[in-house]
Amino acid sequence: MLIIDCPHCGPRHEQEFHYGKQAHVAYPQDPSALTDAEWARYLFYRDNPRGPHAERWVHTAGCRRWFNVVRDTLTYEIKAVYRAGEQPPQEYAALARPRGGVPAATTDQAVDPGTADTTKEA
Amino acid sequence: MSYDPRNLPEHPDFLWANPEPKSSYDVVIVGGGGHGLATAYYLAAHHGITNVAVLERGWLGGGNMARNTTIIRSNYLWDESAAIYEASLRLWETIEDDLGYNVFFSQRGVLNLAHTLQDVRESVRRVEANRLNGVDAEFVDADGVRELCPIINTDNLRYPVLGATYQPRAGIAKHDWVAWGYARRAAELGVDLIQNCEVTGFVKDGNRVVGVETSRGRIGAGRVGLAVAGSTSTLADLAGFDVPIQSHPLQALVSELFEPVHPTVVMSNHIHVYVSQAHKGELVMGAGVDQYTGYGQRGSFHVIEEQMAAAVELFPIFARAHVLRTWGGIVDVTMDASPIMGRTPVEDLFVNTGWGTGGFKAVPGAGLAYAHTLATGQPHPLNAPFSLERFETGALIDEHGAAAVAH
Repeated sequence: MLIIDCPHCGPRHEQEFHYGKQAHVAYPQDPSALTDAEWARYLFYRDNPRGPHAERWVHTAGCRRWFNVVRDTLTYEIKAVYRAGEQPPQEYAALARPRGGVPAATTDQAVDPGTADTTKEA
Repeated sequence: MSYDPRNLPEHPDFLWANPEPKSSYDVVIVGGGGHGLATAYYLAAHHGITNVAVLERGWLGGGNMARNTTIIRSNYLWDESAAIYEASLRLWETIEDDLGYNVFFSQRGVLNLAHTLQDVRESVRRVEANRLNGVDAEFVDADGVRELCPIINTDNLRYPVLGATYQPRAGIAKHDWVAWGYARRAAELGVDLIQNCEVTGFVKDGNRVVGVETSRGRIGAGRVGLAVAGSTSTLADLAGFDVPIQSHPLQALVSELFEPVHPTVVMSNHIHVYVSQAHKGELVMGAGVDQYTGYGQRGSFHVIEEQMAAAVELFPIFARAHVLRTWGGIVDVTMDASPIMGRTPVEDLFVNTGWGTGGFKAVPGAGLAYAHTLATGQPHPLNAPFSLERFETGALIDEHGAAAVAH
């Protein structure tokens, strides 16, 4: 059982949350320009590391907001929690450039759905 | 019977040798689980290729092979899946003669329960698809379910049992005996089974693999085949390519021993539990995957709790049973819930992965097809559709509906 420290509500049991898979995977800016191989990578390939992993969670049974977590997939220890649109702490900065997402050539210009925190308090 | 404690019986003979690795092999198989051992056996038995090593990081059959719930069936929806799982089931039916070893294969049938009208429609569709593919299947109503498995509660639960698909030829086997049976015959045929030997890297000549680095030194290889389930991403990373795999914890548990009360195998995707009774008498139950990825070989308690709630609702007589032990394995899940077997971007390096929550039943069929792939460098007709390229071509084989566990 994970205890996840929701950035809006504080620590809650894992059962209140849903897992949203890898974080920082940007939608390709120009999808029609992608080759089949690039499109396959965007759709089906995600990082699967044995160690720290940046991932999205949503606090379904609480504030219902999305946020990011760095979690160690071997020890299940949660290393960092940060809001949607924010970057991971410096030591995990590399995790915000996922290998398994869109091809690197288009990542820089790609639209990161997390850059605008649509759930921010008014 | 009394025995003299000063004069214990002889330790039984070992079933296989424990050789030092040679400097090179025609084929190196990474992973000494069911798939790796079966592949080695079929390479030797069907292709005459015996200069083969199986490298295992731990002990033979100690990974997912030791942790699954041993259910064997072939009632999958799509033609490609039905073909490979049915080929596997046919091999199960002769495996004890082939290996000269008892694996306690018991064809006690499987019921896949339908709890909603949509479940019923999907089940009937799958039964008809199965029949077209020569897989034995029928749809039974709630009375039929009670007749086949009298201890099921079909009415007094939140999602009543409306019916089930039934595959009479399905069943269970003893997973450890299966691993031992394949290991014993493969070793007799000349295969080196090398335990405590972790692969730490790949030796390449250009884009061609020519060997592996291991914790016991470098081992040359004509071809290398991965059969490492949840660890595939880690090894593919070392070899320089990616696989569309997510590794998830999957749990199971057993109760203490009981008299035979449960005559068949029952699976429910809707309320989520699958149960059979092992030969010795334990109730064997599987849970769902934990939602997050993980390599910890353990799962969350609440997943077990939900599974037990479903089990007790379906089988009220289980309410007084005690959990004897729980454990977790790491399953290799693909986006379309179908396996990946075939070539990789690295020449002479092959992959067999993505069986997710249902790899045990496929051990003989996958071993047969993978052996062909490793022997010839070409996919067998059974595994050709399960190529890594399908994620680019879009020829996905979506088996979410028939997979053992919702992922």
